[in-house]
Amino acid sequence: MEINEKLVKKHGLSLEEYSSIKRLLGRDPNFLELGIFSAMWNEHCSYKSSRKHLKILPTKGKQVIQGPGENAGVIDIGDNDAIIFKIESHNHPSYIEPYQGAATGVGGILRDVFTMGARPIALLNSIHFGSPKHFKTKSLLNGVVSGIGGYGNCIGIPTVAGETKFNSTYNENILVNAMAVGHAKKDKIFYSKAKGINKSVVYVGSKTGRDGIHGASMASAEFDENSEDKKPTVQVGDPFTEKLLMEACLELMKDNSVISIQDMGAAGLTSSSVEMASKGELGIELNLDKVPCREDNMSPYEMMLSESQERMLIILEDGKENHARKIFEKWDIDFVIIGKTTKDNNLLLRYKNEIVGKIPIEALASKAPIYDRKWTKKKLPKKKINSKKLNKLNLKDAMIKILSSPNHSNKSWITDQYDQMVMCDTIQKSGSNAAIIRVHGKEKAIAVSVDSSANYCKAHPLTGGKQIVCENWRNLISVGSKPLAITNCLNFGNPENPEIMGEFAECLIGIKESCEFLNYPVVSGNVSFYNGTNNKNIWPTPVIGGVGLIDKLTKPMNHLFKKDNSTIIIVGKTFGHLEQSVFLEEIYSDLDGQPPEINLNNEKNNGEIVLDIIKNNLVYAVHDISQGGLLVALAEMCIGSKLGANIRKPKKLGNIFEYFFGEDQSRYILEVDKKNLTKVEKLLENNNIFYEDIGYTQREKLEIEKEMTVDIKDLCEINNQWYKNY
Amino acid sequence: MNSTVIVFPGSNCDRDIAVALEKMQFKNKMIWHKETKLPKSDLIVIPGGFSYGDYLRSGAIAGKSLIINEVIKVANQGCLVLGICNGFQILTETGLLKGVLLRNKNLKFINKDVNIKVIDNNNKFLKKYKNNQILKINIAHNEGNFFTNKDHLKELNEKKLIAFKYCDENGEINEDSNPNGSIDNIAGIFNSKKNILGMMPHPERMIDNLVSNTDGTNLFSSLLN
Repeated sequence: MEINEKLVKKHGLSLEEYSSIKRLLGRDPNFLELGIFSAMWNEHCSYKSSRKHLKILPTKGKQVIQGPGENAGVIDIGDNDAIIFKIESHNHPSYIEPYQGAATGVGGILRDVFTMGARPIALLNSIHFGSPKHFKTKSLLNGVVSGIGGYGNCIGIPTVAGETKFNSTYNENILVNAMAVGHAKKDKIFYSKAKGINKSVVYVGSKTGRDGIHGASMASAEFDENSEDKKPTVQVGDPFTEKLLMEACLELMKDNSVISIQDMGAAGLTSSSVEMASKGELGIELNLDKVPCREDNMSPYEMMLSESQERMLIILEDGKENHARKIFEKWDIDFVIIGKTTKDNNLLLRYKNEIVGKIPIEALASKAPIYDRKWTKKKLPKKKINSKKLNKLNLKDAMIKILSSPNHSNKSWITDQYDQMVMCDTIQKSGSNAAIIRVHGKEKAIAVSVDSSANYCKAHPLTGGKQIVCENWRNLISVGSKPLAITNCLNFGNPENPEIMGEFAECLIGIKESCEFLNYPVVSGNVSFYNGTNNKNIWPTPVIGGVGLIDKLTKPMNHLFKKDNSTIIIVGKTFGHLEQSVFLEEIYSDLDGQPPEINLNNEKNNGEIVLDIIKNNLVYAVHDISQGGLLVALAEMCIGSKLGANIRKPKKLGNIFEYFFGEDQSRYILEVDKKNLTKVEKLLENNNIFYEDIGYTQREKLEIEKEMTVDIKDLCEINNQWYKNY
Repeated sequence: MNSTVIVFPGSNCDRDIAVALEKMQFKNKMIWHKETKLPKSDLIVIPGGFSYGDYLRSGAIAGKSLIINEVIKVANQGCLVLGICNGFQILTETGLLKGVLLRNKNLKFINKDVNIKVIDNNNKFLKKYKNNQILKINIAHNEGNFFTNKDHLKELNEKKLIAFKYCDENGEINEDSNPNGSIDNIAGIFNSKKNILGMMPHPERMIDNLVSNTDGTNLFSSLLN
């Protein structure tokens, strides 16, 4: 096939990029080679727009075994135990084909984790949909939720936590981010770096079909009215095969047969082979006649670019081939030696006794383009809020409106569709600050949470980036865990637009500042650009997935009130910041103003003391105050527990809405038994932490002095309505 | 007491049941579906999960596997057999238990803790429970909607072959307390000799207070002696 301008553009490459390709090859590429360049040089695989900015993130720490650059990040949790985790987006495929898009998102992220030798122990997700009123939202929600459940339930990994949000900014570009967490032995971690010449390169897993060809390129472009036509680029998931593949790989990894292993994710056979060779500074030779194909007459182009799921590439030690083959035969999984490592640093492809492609590995990897795109800073929006108009409102009505809204309603309609208990180590399920998963057979556990706050990031990306790391940190603290590290999924619009690039750059600066200050490094992640349709970009939505450690699990901490007549205190100061709050959005549809400020000093100090208090067994319940403010947080503590609270009216703060719905950061609500109160107060005072005694727990009713009373039963009812009626 | 857990490709509660059996002092062995001989055992467990990916129909392919012939043989000789969730589905496919498990009434996968009532404890599986005792047990299935014909239903009732029924926290058995649409709220049944129990709820998930509760332990301890 002749390579012309049209064909180059169809492959998502610019003409400048095509010139570089010719320069790197010293000749024109053939059709197959063009496809391979297109797969490796697109945004999704090359990180060409983001790489420069990602460099600023802190990725090191005593707890870090492996930072970004591998299939997933690895952290040390002591006693030779390691936790391996990563989050990844599957936004574009899920919008086109919600069930398969979401399912293969889960499948892909699971492979990233078990490729490294970990048994996956938990799945999480962050899903963002358009307005519930948008005609597509209901079917997308249904499809995505059943896709996530369909894959996780079948493979038998519990889906333990997540977030679901609705906002019209996602009307034509939903977000589906999936996170997987696994457990491995520290001395049994597997990497993708190839080592040694003439080693067997083995293909294992499903056969290669024509699905998903150019999937990664699709994820690197905006949608338009023809996006439906892209359905064939969405892969189809088979969790059953993945289960077998996972068990076979983990069985093979028990001894020393594997030199390196890499899953075939985006850009399939191309990116997996190139990555292994590039990291090992070697070449790789593949005989494409040997690739197991699902269909007849597949061309080398199709084989190299297919994104068929549930496939892996393994480089084996000499003489281990038969041993490995037996394991995969036991699990009825294809096992074929398709090539070998070479010393000449090329990707060499043979098909029907001919060399059909030959590309220097570095041209595909280290010499891929990097862009320093233009970006603009965003000014802090001016405050504007007329607090006078608020007084006409009734506190109770406002709370009810929030708790019955799609974003703040009980989400058991979703979580009941996920198996949260399989593996029998789920100590705390979704619905609390963070999920808790026990390390199998041990006394310790990890806590996990995913969080985002796109409206803060939209209003001021720098503050938003900072805030979201802190909120995630706070959630892990609230269940009594020491936050160790994060993975991030950076969902943004078109990076060629300087404003969008600015949102990206500044969110990252914010993330960096918080991560650095809290010693909370980034160990893995994923960038998803081009989230938008016809020049309409989504709000910047970085999603943070955090992992914390609970050394000794005795009593899991959660946010539910436990006893009546215990004291309720707030740790951290309430200023009453209402701009960008849930309150203004839900009640007044007001989206102006700046997000709440983050004081990293207070964040760290407050969090560390709260963790100390939990570890000393001095509290019954802990809840961080986040979106929705104090009253929503209190209501949440009541709803699950069926206990109520009696709260005093604040003496100082002028406006009651600011006090009860303000979203000031770094705050926690604690339920303290009266007998422990002095101890807790002393701890806080000795560390100069601001706190307030605001009332006590009681039976049946949530009461605010002279303002409102509501039955907990009614509160539950209100909170449970929306999904039932949708 | 020797137990054997049959592992099919796609089983995913095999480890959970093994942990439970060992915790309850069973001497347990895992048997891969390609084996053709069963070790000598007092109890055979067919675990939950998605054997063969639920392809064709949940339990259908496992119900025709090599090892299942051996299970049928020993079950007919009186060996105790417990099928949980997908295990129950497989048992109905083999014919060892009558009835079928249809798609849940709401057409969705359901995972939650539900209340079930012990209907009859006069058998080897449930003797440590009291009749009408209410247990809180986790369910996790897509096809748990038990259905059978009138004759079988009559037999189940007359011969006291119903093990559990879904109920609410006060023990009321009604439509509201029926999570999946099962006929008469049935959650688990015996064969006519009461040596085979099939149930949708997962007792192996209820043996540890840190994870859930210990409402499942008596099922295992009943079997011990």
